[in-house]
Amino acid sequence: MSDGLTVSGLSKTFVSGGGLLGGPEQRVRAVDDVSFAVEEQGSLGLVGESGCGKSTAARCVLRLIEPDAGAIHYADIDIAKAGRHELVRIRRRIQIVFQDPYSSLNPRRTIRQTLTEPLRVHGVCAGREADERAGQMLSEVGLSRDVLNRYPHEFSGGQRQRVGIARALMLEPSFVVADEPVSALDVSVQAQVLRLLADLRDRRRLGFLFISHDLGVIRHFCKQVAVMYLGRIVEQGPVEELFREPLHPYTRLLLDSSPVPDPAARRDLSEETGEVPSASNPPPGCAFHPRCPHAMPVCREIRPATTSPAPNRLVACHLYG
Amino acid sequence: MSLLSVSGLTTEFRTDAGWRAAVRDVDLEVGANETLAIVGESGSGKSVTALSILRLLPEAGARIAGGSCLFEGRDLAHLDETAMQAIRGARIGMVFQEPMTALNPTMTIGNQIGEVLVRHRGMPRAEARAETLRLLERVRLPSPARRIDDYPHQFSGGMRQRVVIAMAIACRPALLLADEPTTALDVTIQAQILRLLKELQRENGMGMIFITHNLGVVAQIADRVAVMYAGRIVESAPVDEIFARPLHPYTRGLLQAMPRHDRMQDLEPIPGAVPSIRETIVGCAFAPRCPLRIARCVEAPPLDAVGENHAVRCWVAAEKVPA
Repeated sequence: MSDGLTVSGLSKTFVSGGGLLGGPEQRVRAVDDVSFAVEEQGSLGLVGESGCGKSTAARCVLRLIEPDAGAIHYADIDIAKAGRHELVRIRRRIQIVFQDPYSSLNPRRTIRQTLTEPLRVHGVCAGREADERAGQMLSEVGLSRDVLNRYPHEFSGGQRQRVGIARALMLEPSFVVADEPVSALDVSVQAQVLRLLADLRDRRRLGFLFISHDLGVIRHFCKQVAVMYLGRIVEQGPVEELFREPLHPYTRLLLDSSPVPDPAARRDLSEETGEVPSASNPPPGCAFHPRCPHAMPVCREIRPATTSPAPNRLVACHLYG
Repeated sequence: MSLLSVSGLTTEFRTDAGWRAAVRDVDLEVGANETLAIVGESGSGKSVTALSILRLLPEAGARIAGGSCLFEGRDLAHLDETAMQAIRGARIGMVFQEPMTALNPTMTIGNQIGEVLVRHRGMPRAEARAETLRLLERVRLPSPARRIDDYPHQFSGGMRQRVVIAMAIACRPALLLADEPTTALDVTIQAQILRLLKELQRENGMGMIFITHNLGVVAQIADRVAVMYAGRIVESAPVDEIFARPLHPYTRGLLQAMPRHDRMQDLEPIPGAVPSIRETIVGCAFAPRCPLRIARCVEAPPLDAVGENHAVRCWVAAEKVPA
């Protein structure tokens, strides 16, 4: 087993409705046969639009959502098969940073309580030693040690996200799942938090699974990227190369649609490109075919297999089949 | 000739520390066929500027403390509510970030758009329905004839925003005010909506005020740009000029802080945070975060013209440029 995180064949279906009053049962394949790997100290970005399954996939990796199928390994740990005790052990190695620093911090707890709780729960230390560690962590994320007795509402969004990052690092994990960690922040503060995350990554040699809808943020933070559409990874590879030369028509659409701060790079999308179909009733064959400018008859019937048309590149598209 | 001419607009909010200005001394001009983008971060005053022009601020907690908004020969800042109602939705169309704030969840989309046509354009019901169908086709709502009697919740966010746009242009307004209209949408849908707004502007000759925090969107849609910080315009220029030659340290800071997907650059965060409305601002509001700060910044700098249509509110930047 290699080091780092390896995920293969991950699937999760959500069922809603059904039963006496629930109306017709709906099944949504939020994550459908997803495979990826993040090297030790590597950084993989999962990018896609709302509902593509990127957050569900990330949460399955930590078993915050129970996957239906798939193998998940981190270093020597079999996460998918882990029992309760092993899961506790895993949480010391892998931690998560959430998007919304407003709802992810308990408003009734002081920063001290929030930061020292993981140490207490995992039996690492308590009391003065825990306070000392919390203080050190605060200065590492760019906050003053004096804020230990304050409450979350006394902080701005950027400061709260620093607290969220500090909490994730209290147990000294080696891998961080970051679920849209800068999406709720203004651009000037977003850059501060991105820089902080990059510093921590380098200093602590952290591996990252980084979820974002923002291609610029992904390009800035990640070495590798996987693009998701309707529960599946349609393309993955090194971020520089993949953004320079996207293979999958959806990646191309995503790049063309994401505006850059340069009027000379204005794009006039020549045709209507449709909307993401319902995940409870995805199109047959390739799920992207109704929006795809290159759709062929085969795309409507057969789901494309993942192939590797170039070194380090993977794509699920009949154009390369 | 400007369609809308805002001058000296100051809007205040009631806080526990008394009345505090959220928008200070703002001047804006928008012409027909022209898109003015107002860009800024949370708390910059960009949305309050829009709500002030539309007179949609809550009366108990906010007031226009000064300035004028001249539009089609009248000063909106001093009109009564009845007169404003005849202008909003008729002469000035509105599109906001969250389409559900503009839509009534208990009415079909056809009836909602129809009501606007009956009320503002005095159309008979049957004619209004035919016109509604034409509008829904125009904003490219798929299968409009089948969906005209659906309710807002039956549509996706992008389709709802198309419905809101259809309603906003129903009376062929002279001005469209769009406040973060694509912020809640995915990027592929955002690109479609931006394109639609541009097309409609070309057809109707509308002026447009487009409020956004996203510099990428600004570059995509604007003709002219006003950058706001702490309630003031700190820089304004034509779109090509402001991206090629940003002068205010805040504008430059924003551009250097934004990660781009088309090239790798070192991100340079702006230190610190936007001042709160409760803080008393002395001198330049950006000075505490500014890399160019000099002693003189304790005095408030004026918005200085530094070239054709380019103005900047900064002692240092204005001096460096030969006027």
